[in-house]
Amino acid sequence: MARTSSSKENAQALFHSLRSAYSATPVNLKIIDLYVGFAVFTALIQVVYMASVGSFPFNSFLSGVLSCVGTAVLAVCLRIQVNKENKEFKDLPPERAFADFVLCNLVLHLVIMNFLG
Amino acid sequence: MSNSSTSDLLKPFKLKTKQQELLIRVSILCLVYILAFITRLFSVLRYESMIHEFDPYFNYRTTLYLTQHGFYDFWNWFDYESWYPLGRIVGGTLYPGLMVTAALIYRLLHFLRFAVHIREVCVLTAPFFASNTTLVAYFFGKEIWDSGAGLVAAILIAVCPGYISRSVAGSYDNEGVAIFALLFTFYLFVKAVNTGSLAWGLASAFGYFYMVSAWGGYVFIINLIPLYVLVLLITGRYSMRLYVAYNCMYILGMLLAMQIRFVGFQHVQSGEHMAAMGVFFLMQVFYFLDWVKHMLSDTKLFQEFLRITVTCAVAVGGIALGVGMASGYISPWTGRFYSLLDPTYAKDHIPIIASVSEHQPTAWSSFMFDFHILLFLFPAGLYFCFKRLSDATIFIVMYGLTSMYFAGVMVRLILVATPAVCLISAIAVSATVKNLTVLLRSKNKVAQIGSSKGTSSAKASSKASLDQSQPFQKNGAMALLFGAFYLLSRYATHCTWVTSEAYSSPSIVLAARGAHGNRVIFDDYREAYFWLWQNTPPDAKVMSWWDYGYQITAMGNRTVIVDNNTWNNTHIATVGRAMSSYEDEAYEIIRSLDVDYVLVVFGGVTGYSSDDINKFLWMVRIGGGVFPVIKEPDYLVNGEYRVDKGAAPKMLNCLMYKLSYYRFGEMMTEYGKPPGYDRARGVEIGNKDIKLEHLEEAFTTSNWIVRIYKVKPPNNRW
Repeated sequence: MARTSSSKENAQALFHSLRSAYSATPVNLKIIDLYVGFAVFTALIQVVYMASVGSFPFNSFLSGVLSCVGTAVLAVCLRIQVNKENKEFKDLPPERAFADFVLCNLVLHLVIMNFLG
Repeated sequence: MSNSSTSDLLKPFKLKTKQQELLIRVSILCLVYILAFITRLFSVLRYESMIHEFDPYFNYRTTLYLTQHGFYDFWNWFDYESWYPLGRIVGGTLYPGLMVTAALIYRLLHFLRFAVHIREVCVLTAPFFASNTTLVAYFFGKEIWDSGAGLVAAILIAVCPGYISRSVAGSYDNEGVAIFALLFTFYLFVKAVNTGSLAWGLASAFGYFYMVSAWGGYVFIINLIPLYVLVLLITGRYSMRLYVAYNCMYILGMLLAMQIRFVGFQHVQSGEHMAAMGVFFLMQVFYFLDWVKHMLSDTKLFQEFLRITVTCAVAVGGIALGVGMASGYISPWTGRFYSLLDPTYAKDHIPIIASVSEHQPTAWSSFMFDFHILLFLFPAGLYFCFKRLSDATIFIVMYGLTSMYFAGVMVRLILVATPAVCLISAIAVSATVKNLTVLLRSKNKVAQIGSSKGTSSAKASSKASLDQSQPFQKNGAMALLFGAFYLLSRYATHCTWVTSEAYSSPSIVLAARGAHGNRVIFDDYREAYFWLWQNTPPDAKVMSWWDYGYQITAMGNRTVIVDNNTWNNTHIATVGRAMSSYEDEAYEIIRSLDVDYVLVVFGGVTGYSSDDINKFLWMVRIGGGVFPVIKEPDYLVNGEYRVDKGAAPKMLNCLMYKLSYYRFGEMMTEYGKPPGYDRARGVEIGNKDIKLEHLEEAFTTSNWIVRIYKVKPPNNRW
């Protein structure tokens, strides 16, 4: 009993400290996070839909989910690259990072369109 | 005044040495590019510009179709001429990369008004891509070590017999372009890991797409790269660059690969590709944890969090995998994959894989034959790699070690190991030669140290002054350098010799030395296929063992029952059963398959050893695997396979024996031997009086290598 209450407290403390730490993030990163969250959420909806209805046009299902997952992953990559705290990407200007991101998304969605069937 | 003028004079000169270095490098690369091409032309000079062996004939035939009918017809092609009566959906069951590449080159040449035939393009595709591979090897070597290692790697791979064996002019097979694609994908991926750029990740995804479109060996890439990522994660070398490179490459590469119909949904459904997906999810979890750790200041809280997340992730992953496997959604590993991990698997379970000679485990001699000094340089290169460990060298080490293991399992996979072995050996050669030359030049440097200010030379001279205590150092270095050059020159000679002696024979035209040392050419295969084309009805069905299926459809333009695309084991087993039954039983099978002609390959007259009698036990095994009426012991005497008087009675009367040795009993093959002396096996045959009831001899080529029999219609019932 004591253990559960302590872990609950821990979880609360964790949540609290995470929230306070996150509020310090720059706005542009927060926007990207929102975008990532939305993409992952859309992917989850599709997976749930597939589980309840069935995956019959499998290529359509795959392209839907992979479009969301791909978008999310690419956005995370963009977030990594434009984050000023990451020393590994100091030399990479954010414009270049964004151009790469757009290029990858273009390819991703052209392929998705071809695959959607 | 004078001082400044000399430095003014030196400045342009200094720039010039750099330019000179660039000039030398570019000219070496050009020479290597040309060398890689021309060393593969032995077969064209000796024989003629023609397609070699078995599989390339199918590729040639499909390329011809592609150039004549266009891409859409090619993609939707249903081939009635093979696997009669089943047919084959060609567009959905082949890797189109090679054909599309050749067709594009053909179009380009025609656009430039070079009126070449498509056959010439096909013959020269493999050497052309080998040349391109040398360039990729240079850049790869430059990426993992330095430009010197890159140059050495380009030279080594240009002439390495392990690679030449699959890329001589005329061997128009998937591997020819696939090795280029493989190395290119790896190069781009390493570049992406080093720079952490999405654009390079995208490029490597496209490289992977080309590889998937060209060869089934892409499974190696999709397993090696996750393994590499996993090793980096475990050794604590995880970086954001790795995250960007792997995720971009995986998502886009997987999506692009799904566009190839033959591969289809395998990336999400087959067990071989699950490692990549698992590592993908692992990367996400890892990134998320890393991020949370970065956000949290309290380590104790993070520990708690870590515990919960890891438990959840492992549980979810395990459940997903378990449900996928149990519901049959994720297919288990295929036999080919098992046989790679466990070399004895194919022998026990899949005779059709084990029957192919290039799927046998590799002998030491063929390692030596194909790698020569690289075999000794490989461990040395590994040592240098471990000494200067970086993300890139870890990659090449892993590539080298895994591919070496696979090369040991299967002969044909030496090909995959070759680029890694060349690159690692190049590192050894380059590093050694560099160290030695630094020693040699150190004294001159000490003399003129006042003028030169370059950090590298200063470092070298300081190192040299440290080492100066050892006596005879300079002479020793000189001797070692000469030794290295001697070894490398031996390597070049060996490679040229191997190429000209072993790897340049087309195997469709055979050459032998005559009694007086002159060269004798046996062109029987083409003679037979030409006969089929000219003398049989266009819809005639030809039955032969599967090895010759592609050649019959490509050169004879006739329908075959089975061919080298061994997709239907039962169909092949039916043919194997027909060949190993008595004639009247075989006749029933032949009638049920609607066969008009039966073709066998026979080497008893010429001493050609890879003929159907020597392959016969595999027919028995494959036939017996499906139809238990065929039993291998019936064809053996005390476990021994023989064709002379002591042979098993079933052996002496089965269809294959009869068709091979029909009328052979009255033939004198060698002086001083009795009639019916089989030169391929060195015995007098056991059944000289062969009578055929349901088949009749239609054609036998001039050296008896190919024999064609016509199937008689059934007798009148009254």
